[in-house]
Amino acid sequence: MNESISSGSEVGRDAIPRQYLSFLLEDEAYAVDILRVREIRVWEHVTPIPNTAAFIKGVINLRGTLVPIIDLRERFGLDPRPYGPRTVVLVLVVADAGQERTMGLVVDGVSNVCTLAPDLISPPPDFGGAVHAEFITGLATLEGRMLILLDSDRLLNLAEIYAVGQVQQQANLDASPPPPSGEGD
Amino acid sequence: MTIDPRQFHQVFFEESFEGLEAMEQALLTATPGQVEAETINAIFRVAHTIKGGAATFGFERIAALAHRLETLLDQMRAGKRLLDEPAIELLLGGVDLIRAMIEGARQGIGIDDEAQVGYISRLEQAIKGEAISPTPLPSAVTARPEPAPKAPAPGWRIRFRPDPSILAHGNDVVLMFRELSGLGDFQVKADLSALPSLPELEVERCYLAWQAELRGAVERRAVEEVFEWVADESELEILPIQGRGLPQPAAPVTDEAVPSGAGEAVPAVAVPKAATLQEAVRRVAAEPGGSIRVSIEKVDALVDLVGELVITQSMLSRLKGAVVGELGERLVAGLNQLERHTRNLQDSVLGMRMLPIAFVFNRFPRMVRDLAAGLGKQVVLEVQGESTEIDKTVMEAIGDPLMHLVRNAIDHGLEQPQERRSAGKPAAGRLSLSARHRSGSIYVEVRDDGRGIDPAKILDAARAKGLLSGDAPVDAEAALNLLFHPGFSTAAEVSDISGRGVGLDVVNRNVRALGGSVGISSDLGRGTLFTLRLPLTLAILDGQLVQVGGSNYILPLEAIVETIRLEPARLSSLAHWLELYLLRDDYIPVIHLARLFQCREAACERPLVVIVGYEGHRVGLVVEQLLHQQQVVIKSLESNFWKVEGISAATILGDGTVGLILDISGLIQIAGRVLGETTGWRPHRTASSEARP
Repeated sequence: MNESISSGSEVGRDAIPRQYLSFLLEDEAYAVDILRVREIRVWEHVTPIPNTAAFIKGVINLRGTLVPIIDLRERFGLDPRPYGPRTVVLVLVVADAGQERTMGLVVDGVSNVCTLAPDLISPPPDFGGAVHAEFITGLATLEGRMLILLDSDRLLNLAEIYAVGQVQQQANLDASPPPPSGEGD
Repeated sequence: MTIDPRQFHQVFFEESFEGLEAMEQALLTATPGQVEAETINAIFRVAHTIKGGAATFGFERIAALAHRLETLLDQMRAGKRLLDEPAIELLLGGVDLIRAMIEGARQGIGIDDEAQVGYISRLEQAIKGEAISPTPLPSAVTARPEPAPKAPAPGWRIRFRPDPSILAHGNDVVLMFRELSGLGDFQVKADLSALPSLPELEVERCYLAWQAELRGAVERRAVEEVFEWVADESELEILPIQGRGLPQPAAPVTDEAVPSGAGEAVPAVAVPKAATLQEAVRRVAAEPGGSIRVSIEKVDALVDLVGELVITQSMLSRLKGAVVGELGERLVAGLNQLERHTRNLQDSVLGMRMLPIAFVFNRFPRMVRDLAAGLGKQVVLEVQGESTEIDKTVMEAIGDPLMHLVRNAIDHGLEQPQERRSAGKPAAGRLSLSARHRSGSIYVEVRDDGRGIDPAKILDAARAKGLLSGDAPVDAEAALNLLFHPGFSTAAEVSDISGRGVGLDVVNRNVRALGGSVGISSDLGRGTLFTLRLPLTLAILDGQLVQVGGSNYILPLEAIVETIRLEPARLSSLAHWLELYLLRDDYIPVIHLARLFQCREAACERPLVVIVGYEGHRVGLVVEQLLHQQQVVIKSLESNFWKVEGISAATILGDGTVGLILDISGLIQIAGRVLGETTGWRPHRTASSEARP
């Protein structure tokens, strides 16, 4: 893992402005560290993975690599929205348990790339918005609008996704026959 | 085909050097006193591997030393001893000594006994729990003449001056030398003294002469045979080696022009001094022999790339009908050629991962001999089909299961000589290991002619353990399959009664994890046969595309027995998505995949039931449609995701989308579990491997 893309580096925080890719979700603006973004793709056919949570849309073939796709709206508990021409998939490189993985994130649309000096970023407040606060690394104001900076490593942590998925699936299926409690070994 | 064990020596040496290097690295980077268990395990594994290899190839002193190191490491592993500074120093000394011994074995020389004895006594002290004596290992591990373990004759000195016309007669000296280097440790120097000046040089004449040394237990005849065609037109002298090293040649000899096909001149002095051992290790890579070592990752990357190419090719081949006329014909011809080349390329690349199964089989003769001797039994080992090629990954994974089966056969299967004689059998038991290819799979058999397994005893034990309820008759085959049940292996009293069952569930699990299966059959009093079916490769699979819940899935083609149209009248419900289907006269369990996968129930008018074979039983999978069949490149879903139950892997289909490969045993596992939770019922006969305790 190289230092420049590890978000926790204090030295990097002090001086060097970082670039972020901002995107829209509902009416809120979010952003992720641009060094984590491998590419931006339009929505395409995904192969669903059986017995996984609804926000795991499936898996795509990215030049021979199998990349799982997560719908951020559904992950955050927002109502699913039909995918349209503006729906995009951010392909992100995630550091997870010492390994690098590639995952896709479905968002409503990409807005732009912005450069933020560390002193423009304020720490996340303790709030209960549309988003779980633990994924937020900071807040910034851009063109009079609040920008929520997300920690993509936390957001796309497999163990966490798995656990959340289990809870969601269980909730959806309480009425139906017992779900196979897929093991995550 | 007989296998010359020497061909594996080189592999053993190389692997040992690699292992020692890893061991050294681990030791050098370890913080004394705070070494993680994983590091100790890694070091332990190296020692263990070297011990096994050395024992197999008859390097007994190396094996003995590795064994002692292993003992010490085992104490550390068990937490009885700290890996502290003196211990690290001691282990590093061991690394050096083993490296020197292996190098010695490779060169056919021995090393100083004193160094060994001194080191081993320190090691012994440490094992006994005494403080590790700080005396450093005598640093000069000096080379000392001693014949190689299996080379009573040191070799031959060859002087060869061919007639200048030898090349014109179609003889190739390089090929001859290559053959010689296959017989033993071969070193050659060219004598350029007869070389004329450039204007006088005729390209078709041979002006060179050679002096060579061939070390190893080679018969004179074998050497003479190499020169058979040229002996009449050459000056040839073959003398046994008495002294050491090449004599100082009378004629000036230069170091260039070594015609043995190697790119590098080999130093003429065959006796390495201790100081040059390291260098000698490095030289291993430059040895002649026409092979290179490539990391398996590189090969896998190539396999992946070729997989991509196959997908692109199959995408292109859909265009065959797209263009009409003469242009179209040319397109079709080109595409056909592309298909052929792609397939050849794929075969070649996959072939790079294949090794003869002899690499696994070769460790058994010795193991069998030792085990039999220890148990006072007489065993004749027969090995067949050892040249059958198998994927390296598969081979690595079957070593332990095979070892287990062989050990079981000798320990429990074969009887003592008296017992055999009184049963009218020859005193020596027969154990056979065989491997063969059949229809895309490898079959490995372990057969003994021992006492066999009594199904009745297994059933008694199973009932006693509560694995089986009631007195319902169970056929012999199903009874034998109970041996694979996890509950069987842990129970000591069961293994006493049945004489088997120790760890068979582990064997079963390991083989199944590879996508293979284990079969067992036994004839009471006549013997037992274990058959391992293994996939040829883990990289590709012949698949049948099926549609479930609107998505395409791949079923391994070899698992499919037949496909029938689902007649609703023949279904009897058992649970929400598990039903029994009356197939001719049998009820077989049927899994509604769409419901199992919690897809929206697809509106499908006429679903199909694909009957798949699974451990000798049949299970029906309800799908919406049967699509085409295709060879798919297996890709792991786990590189970016977790293991999904019921899915073994994924692949990329011809249209570039991802297809998931169904894991039949996983599906049955889910079905069995859910059914068990809802009804308390356990699938009959598959209970042995599926039901969870």
